[in-house]
Amino acid sequence: MVNNFWKHTLAMNRVCFCAAVFLCGLVYANPFEESASFKAVNEIDALLSSSLSKQGVQPAPLCSDAVFMRRVYLAVLGTLPTAEEAKKFLNDKSATKRTTLIDRLLERPEYAGYWTLKWADLLRCKAEFPVNLWPNGAAVYYRWIHDSIRENKPYNRFARELLLSKGSNFRNGESNFYRAVANRDAESLAEVAALTFMGVQTGPWSSEKQKQMAVFFSRVGYKGTAQWKEEIVFRIRKPLESTDVVFPDGTHGQVKAEQDPRQVFADWLVSPKNKQFNENIANRIWYWLFGNGLVDPPDNFSDENPPVHPALLSYLAEELVREKYDMKHLVRLILNSAAFQQSSFPVKRGSQQRQELFAAYPVRRLDAEVLQDALSQIFGVSAKYVSEVPEPFASLPNHYRTIMIPDTSLTSSFLETFGRATRDSGLVSDRNNGITESQMLFLMNSAEINQWATNFIGQGRNRKNNTGKPNVPREAADEMWLQILSRYPTGEELKTAAEALRSGTPAADIVWALINSTEFLCQH
Amino acid sequence: MSTLNNLEDRRQFLKNTVAGSLACAAGSRGGLFGGTAGNTAPKQGKAKSVIQIWMWGGPSHLDTFDPKPGAGKDYCGTWDKPLATNAPHLEISQSLPNLAKCADLYSVVRTLTHRSNHHETAAYQMQTGRAPGGGLVYPCVGAVISKIKGYDAGYNDKIPPYIVLTTSQGRFSESGFLGQKYKPFVTGGDPSKMPFIVSGYVVPGMTEQRQSRRQELLQKLDTFANAAKGDQLVDEIGIARENAVQLLQGDAVKTFDLASEPDKIRDAYGKNWFGQACLMARRLVQRGVPYVTINYKGWDTHRRHFETLTRRQPEWDAGLSMLLKELADLGLLDTTIVWWGGEFGRTPKIGWESPWFGGRGHFGNCFSAVLAGGGFKGGKTVGETDSTGSKIQKRPVEVADFLGSIYAQLGIDPDGKLLNEKGIDTTNMPAASEAGRLIELV
Repeated sequence: MVNNFWKHTLAMNRVCFCAAVFLCGLVYANPFEESASFKAVNEIDALLSSSLSKQGVQPAPLCSDAVFMRRVYLAVLGTLPTAEEAKKFLNDKSATKRTTLIDRLLERPEYAGYWTLKWADLLRCKAEFPVNLWPNGAAVYYRWIHDSIRENKPYNRFARELLLSKGSNFRNGESNFYRAVANRDAESLAEVAALTFMGVQTGPWSSEKQKQMAVFFSRVGYKGTAQWKEEIVFRIRKPLESTDVVFPDGTHGQVKAEQDPRQVFADWLVSPKNKQFNENIANRIWYWLFGNGLVDPPDNFSDENPPVHPALLSYLAEELVREKYDMKHLVRLILNSAAFQQSSFPVKRGSQQRQELFAAYPVRRLDAEVLQDALSQIFGVSAKYVSEVPEPFASLPNHYRTIMIPDTSLTSSFLETFGRATRDSGLVSDRNNGITESQMLFLMNSAEINQWATNFIGQGRNRKNNTGKPNVPREAADEMWLQILSRYPTGEELKTAAEALRSGTPAADIVWALINSTEFLCQH
Repeated sequence: MSTLNNLEDRRQFLKNTVAGSLACAAGSRGGLFGGTAGNTAPKQGKAKSVIQIWMWGGPSHLDTFDPKPGAGKDYCGTWDKPLATNAPHLEISQSLPNLAKCADLYSVVRTLTHRSNHHETAAYQMQTGRAPGGGLVYPCVGAVISKIKGYDAGYNDKIPPYIVLTTSQGRFSESGFLGQKYKPFVTGGDPSKMPFIVSGYVVPGMTEQRQSRRQELLQKLDTFANAAKGDQLVDEIGIARENAVQLLQGDAVKTFDLASEPDKIRDAYGKNWFGQACLMARRLVQRGVPYVTINYKGWDTHRRHFETLTRRQPEWDAGLSMLLKELADLGLLDTTIVWWGGEFGRTPKIGWESPWFGGRGHFGNCFSAVLAGGGFKGGKTVGETDSTGSKIQKRPVEVADFLGSIYAQLGIDPDGKLLNEKGIDTTNMPAASEAGRLIELV
């Protein structure tokens, strides 16, 4: 549709196009937010707005349907809506369409794919340095995480299975938790467990406290098998006296002889009463949906770094416990809140603090993988990856989704440029969503983007949804905007586009401009 | 652009830098006394740039710079007539006639060792000077050199200070814990094709007029940014975009244009990927780029090794010798280090049986590398291997000592602190081993 239209217009009748745009161009005054002010939908909103009002800050109004739709697709699926999906949602007149969309998206397979990516970053699912799972181990580990997310395994079970894992790295995916570390001494294992399940960095702890926690991991052993790179994680059964132990919160306990000390630790940690355990995962989920944590960064809970809205965090943690650690429930609750559905523009424009307080939805650059998939979807192209590991050779089929790559040892220049997580440490700083000149050079001036933009307009690409409808200009412009920005163009934008075409700008340059827009590059 | 996205990061950064410099002050005393044999004095370094020729896959030492003609067919196949070079006592493989004629320009290190036969760990060691493990991913030498000789030294060119021709090795050419900013700029494209399409710089058919009209259009169509002015991230994107536009203007793009070289020169380098990559590297170094890596694929010759070498060795024999000669002629060799090597050597004993049909496996016990320019002496050999090239006979050279010697020639103290935003307390290179850095080549 688009290609026919542009070709037609360019060749025959530019002036007519402009006129048509003016005639049928509805004016969308502000495509990003609604005029209605913030109205609490659930408990999250009540707690947020009371905490904000204590600080004299006003939450932002609701975002527009279009912004909500793009935001929730990206947050839940890491995927843009197609133009068809976007159109359908935007034209839907139902008052409950946002909730309906949330429910539908949470059932899509991409949900498990995208959230596994997040977990795999945290759990360091990588064949190579510095964790050295090796390709086989990484694949099995990934599979275990993916299955767990897909079946919405309760988080307490998920944590327990990782903590108490044992057996072959090729058979028991979760056992790779203990292999996905650079060092295998008990203190390093304790450090990883604290980071993963408590959001705490043990580095600043006293060495006594570090040693106390290390005791719980002092019986983790590793042994090779006849199979190359297979490894068994096992419990060293040295006769052990019954030992007094101290948990990270200072309480005391006992490991009986012949008891796995990890079991004692898991019993203490994975408990509805353990605030640190519960708040960590609640905060982590919030971080994944907002790009900032209530405690931020989410891997640095400490007295010096308190949550911005403590009551809200407590509530989220308690809610999770009440619902038997159903992570999807918490995600759904947050997505339905007015807090999540706020505009990205703080009431007082330009104030960064408003975003960090969640008095507006935080703007951030799309993750490398998500951006790659967005480009692939819009342009119908397939990303190419390389595996630096010459053996075993790894390859992915065409149109494989980047968010589903199991192992960061599979990579591409694009992913490197846009700072995908290295999975070196499991810290959120492994991922770099900063902005660099090379990224801008790629988006503005690479042969790829230019070629794709040109193909988008015409020459050779058959768009599937060519239904033979009349090629009215407005429809073609709509299609372009829906495809790239997941919304209809504004009157102003249509005017700009029409003027550009009239003065001889190639239509591909409009595509180029949308791809280079801040709106496209960001989750907002 | 700054990666310090918010206040918290910035605070953390300041904390870390303070911690880092304190650690640095505390450590300097140790450095004075910690010097072991072979520490080269960093202040004498006069090299400014490095060209790294990465023989990806691991080149055979026997069939390049450590021939063993007396070892018999099981070790040499039919390649048993090494060439004398124009340097005394230095013989190299019969497959490298052009390099044999300019051996006064380079020296050969025959006894590098890291004892690892896995690509991943061996390559990591060769690129970083570190054994893997220990919870940290170290930056490779290109990232460190481009940091210290580039960013930290006020390098401000429109071409980034660390260039990889033409494909990335991923983690090995990575910046490790130094972070995103120190990653190499990977050109993509093929320099032997016209035009050489350098990702982000060169788009076929693009005019400056169209570029600037597109920028105007983008300004107008960037509805979200126009509505969100004052948002830190939105402003940051705007600045990065402006900076990138600056990079595209002026002479940077011309540096990538190999068509401006005389045909005679282009032919002499060889009109193939490697030859033209060497020519490109020379142009970049001429411009002042501190570190250029040529990632040269195809040396993991498990099977039909000699067929591959017969076909491909002439390519780099021509390209590398021309590069060295031209750098010397242009007076650039004194300030440019060229090093050649891969992740390891290859097994001295040839697998003649199926499925190898004359192949060589991985060999990290001893292998060769080449060093040229930048104040390193030419025409010398360092170390000696046994009669089959299987064991080190004299003077082992640890990877960290090899790379540390390169640092020293650049005026980078290998034992100096590697400053970083994460506050990790570490040196540029591990301390010299007992055998020491390569003072014999200085």
